[in-house]
Amino acid sequence: MTTATKSSGLKWAGRALRRLEDPSLVRGQGRFTADLPSAFCVRFVRSAIAAGNIAAIRVPAGATVITAKDLVNVKPILPMLHKFDYKPIGQPVLADGVVRFVGEPIAAVVAATKEAAEDIADDVSVEIDETPAVVDGRAALAPGAPQIHRDVPGNVIVEGRFKSGSFDKAWAGAAKVVKMEARSHRQNATPLETRGGHASYDSSTGRATLTCATQMPHLTRTAIADMLGFPESDLRVVAPDVGGGFGQKMSLPAEYVLLVWLARKYKTSFAWSEDRRENLIAGYHSRDQHVSLEAAFDQDAKLLAITADVVANIGAYSCYPTTCAVEPLMAMAELPGPYDLRDCQCRARGAITNTCTMAPYRGVSRPVITFALERLMDKAARAFGIEPVEIRRRNLVDKFPYKSATGLEYDDASYQQTLALAVEQIDLPAFRKRQHGARAEGRYLGIGFATFCERTGYGSPAFAARGMEITPGWETVMVTIDPSGAVEARIGSSPHGQGLRTTLAQIIADEVGVSPAMIRVIHGDTDRTPYGWGTFASRSLVIAGGASLIAARKVRAKLIKIASSMLEVAETDIILEDGHARVAGTDRTISVARMAREAYTQTHRFNGEIEPGISEVGHYDPPGTFSNACHVAIVEVDIDTGNVAVERFLVAEDAGRLINPMIADGQVHGGIAQGIGNALLEEIIYDEHGAPLSATLADYLPPTAREIPSIELHHLETPSVNSITQAKGLGEGGCIGAPAAVINAINDALAPFDVAIDEMPATPQRIRAALRASQNGDRA
Amino acid sequence: MKSSIKLTINGRDHDITVEPRRTLVDAIREDCGQTGTHIGCEHGICGACTVLVDGEPVRSCLMFAEQAAGKSIRTVEGLADGDTLHPLQQAFIDHHGLQCGFCTPGFLMLAVGVLERDPTISDADLLDVLSSNLCRCTGYQNIIKAVRAAAAEMRRR
Repeated sequence: MTTATKSSGLKWAGRALRRLEDPSLVRGQGRFTADLPSAFCVRFVRSAIAAGNIAAIRVPAGATVITAKDLVNVKPILPMLHKFDYKPIGQPVLADGVVRFVGEPIAAVVAATKEAAEDIADDVSVEIDETPAVVDGRAALAPGAPQIHRDVPGNVIVEGRFKSGSFDKAWAGAAKVVKMEARSHRQNATPLETRGGHASYDSSTGRATLTCATQMPHLTRTAIADMLGFPESDLRVVAPDVGGGFGQKMSLPAEYVLLVWLARKYKTSFAWSEDRRENLIAGYHSRDQHVSLEAAFDQDAKLLAITADVVANIGAYSCYPTTCAVEPLMAMAELPGPYDLRDCQCRARGAITNTCTMAPYRGVSRPVITFALERLMDKAARAFGIEPVEIRRRNLVDKFPYKSATGLEYDDASYQQTLALAVEQIDLPAFRKRQHGARAEGRYLGIGFATFCERTGYGSPAFAARGMEITPGWETVMVTIDPSGAVEARIGSSPHGQGLRTTLAQIIADEVGVSPAMIRVIHGDTDRTPYGWGTFASRSLVIAGGASLIAARKVRAKLIKIASSMLEVAETDIILEDGHARVAGTDRTISVARMAREAYTQTHRFNGEIEPGISEVGHYDPPGTFSNACHVAIVEVDIDTGNVAVERFLVAEDAGRLINPMIADGQVHGGIAQGIGNALLEEIIYDEHGAPLSATLADYLPPTAREIPSIELHHLETPSVNSITQAKGLGEGGCIGAPAAVINAINDALAPFDVAIDEMPATPQRIRAALRASQNGDRA
Repeated sequence: MKSSIKLTINGRDHDITVEPRRTLVDAIREDCGQTGTHIGCEHGICGACTVLVDGEPVRSCLMFAEQAAGKSIRTVEGLADGDTLHPLQQAFIDHHGLQCGFCTPGFLMLAVGVLERDPTISDADLLDVLSSNLCRCTGYQNIIKAVRAAAAEMRRR
């Protein structure tokens, strides 16, 4: 490994360093939850009925089957929001008399092997008196719809309203009003590793350990200790290698609570591995929204105001800790997107239905509102007779800092520049020419743009604005140099594929003056790391990275102090690099390892002026920063089959300073692939009775390598003033822009037929239906 | 009604006793303790459990352990030669072909099976082959790059 030091003029941060995580993973030596052996396996008996009352549960003789009546004094999952007329609803760990969606856990079967547990589960008979179910979000709000929770008449669990003071005046001054109805169907984050947990018990200490696929180990511990009623110190939560999460593993599963309950009760170990069917029907869903959007423009196609009515179908319960309000409220807060407009009005409701609970999934609501707003901008461009690029150029914010119509502060960014870069790289005039030529041959090519900004790396004030009883935000990192000179960083954040062990090591290495390979980043274990919130919301590199920088700077200061004492020169004469402290202008050096040894074993030499050991803590709670991007998709639509091929996908994006460009590119690639899947393929379908029809990966279709074109990335790096590393978050952006770009491209391709595809996913069936319905669409 | 079978994994024999319904992947993971092979769907779509049986990539969730008895099974644990990684493993590191790493063993075994048979496979055919497994993290960009780079390296050797 080459050195990156002051004298070589290089830094570790900013380099495409290979990941420290990889050698064990490519050897099959990763350690995932399901790899742990256990004494007993657990299988859940789940409701096959969307709504009803449990009349009887019959259990085979001799079997160990846990039901709600066994869970005395176990509290329900009950997240809370203190704003927006939120109605708290609890989810019992096992259904207690009532079932509210297909897949809801009713009983837990325990057996020595998973096959035996499945056999017994098949023989548990559950009798349910079926009651009317409601599946669609808007239908749940209609008068006379079945009421799903006793305390929530009308099924509205949360309602946000916002209206700027001058909205009515702005609206009245419109030269043109453009409207649209956007529909985003239900999706599932679909990590390759499903959820799963393993709970064990240590009789010598009376402690339980839950190893589980989670993005938030510390909060998982808090939640389970609260629900089961014991001190948090009686539980250790470990997130080992976690096989992707994308938000799905951030919400608390009832199943994990039950595993800990079993381990404490029976004082042995229990494991549950979710199967793919369980994951698809009960592993949390997302993105199910209706958005009615209208925008007022002046005669020059400048946005004056927008108004939106958002109905999010939040499913049967509320996810912990964010609550199910996260989708409607984020839609409301970030509605204006990257556009300069002064007036905004929004009503955003969460509707309870008899479907699987909705929870955050990569992008959370913004893929949907970006889709709605970007479709609207394209419709407006058409109404004004200008290019989609031109209407964006006229409306994108270009002066920073900027306060949005909903009160958010946008820091320095490059909305106009990323659009200009994307347009230049894609060569729009050449495409239009090619498109024209292709149409003459009966081939339908289209181009779609999506411009957006994305709030990332936000601390506790942003979460507090939603009124969350549990308000996440800050992170803590503890950097220690042990007596051998090895560096450990203990982080509260919990990566699961993002490469944080590498990027944080790069940040720390530059301060401490050792190479990243010398730095071990420890995460995912409540016994070994300081309390922290985890990895979600494009936050870890910004917030845990900032906390790492703060802690590492303190370590650096201490090393310089120790070196000053040991080398008997002024601190200002010390240069720390290459694992050594050096006296400037001389070849006198002392190694970090020797200083570390001294700091523990020879403290008497410091005359009480330097505290023993080397261990420093950094806390960071930033206000938040906005990343931005322009996505461009070129597609070809087969009008006979409705098939869409994405021919080209180009991104110009700005996530501030890139700590590791290789990892940054990987995050964008992955987000875009999910966005393309969300746009074209992925849909959880329910029948009218609430039975999920997408229960295998042959029905629910994450994209394969065949559907994803080569992705062209261009980075701008506008440093963020709201992030001490100058980095912005970028985990979610790919997913936010891609659906809008792809579906705009489909609509552009189909422009000759005068159809509107305003639903995602834009499946072949929907495209064919639109063509059939159009006057000139069905040539066949 | 268990029966005794011998599974030969990466050249090592494992004498195990399994029910007829035991899938190969469960036997590899639980009876033989080789947990590098992962389970992603148990219905043959995702390919996370791909191993080589007599040189052919196989979904080990769709095969019974008994069907693999007496055959040569290769898993991700057998790819490296001591400290020296297989060219595909090295290429996945060099080209950032993995993020969470859960699908990686399956992709590695799929690609090893195909490239050992035909290291001159065309890019288009390779894309077809790689589309048989799912990855949710990488968007496939760097997996494709890594496999192409490894193919070049394997041709060179």
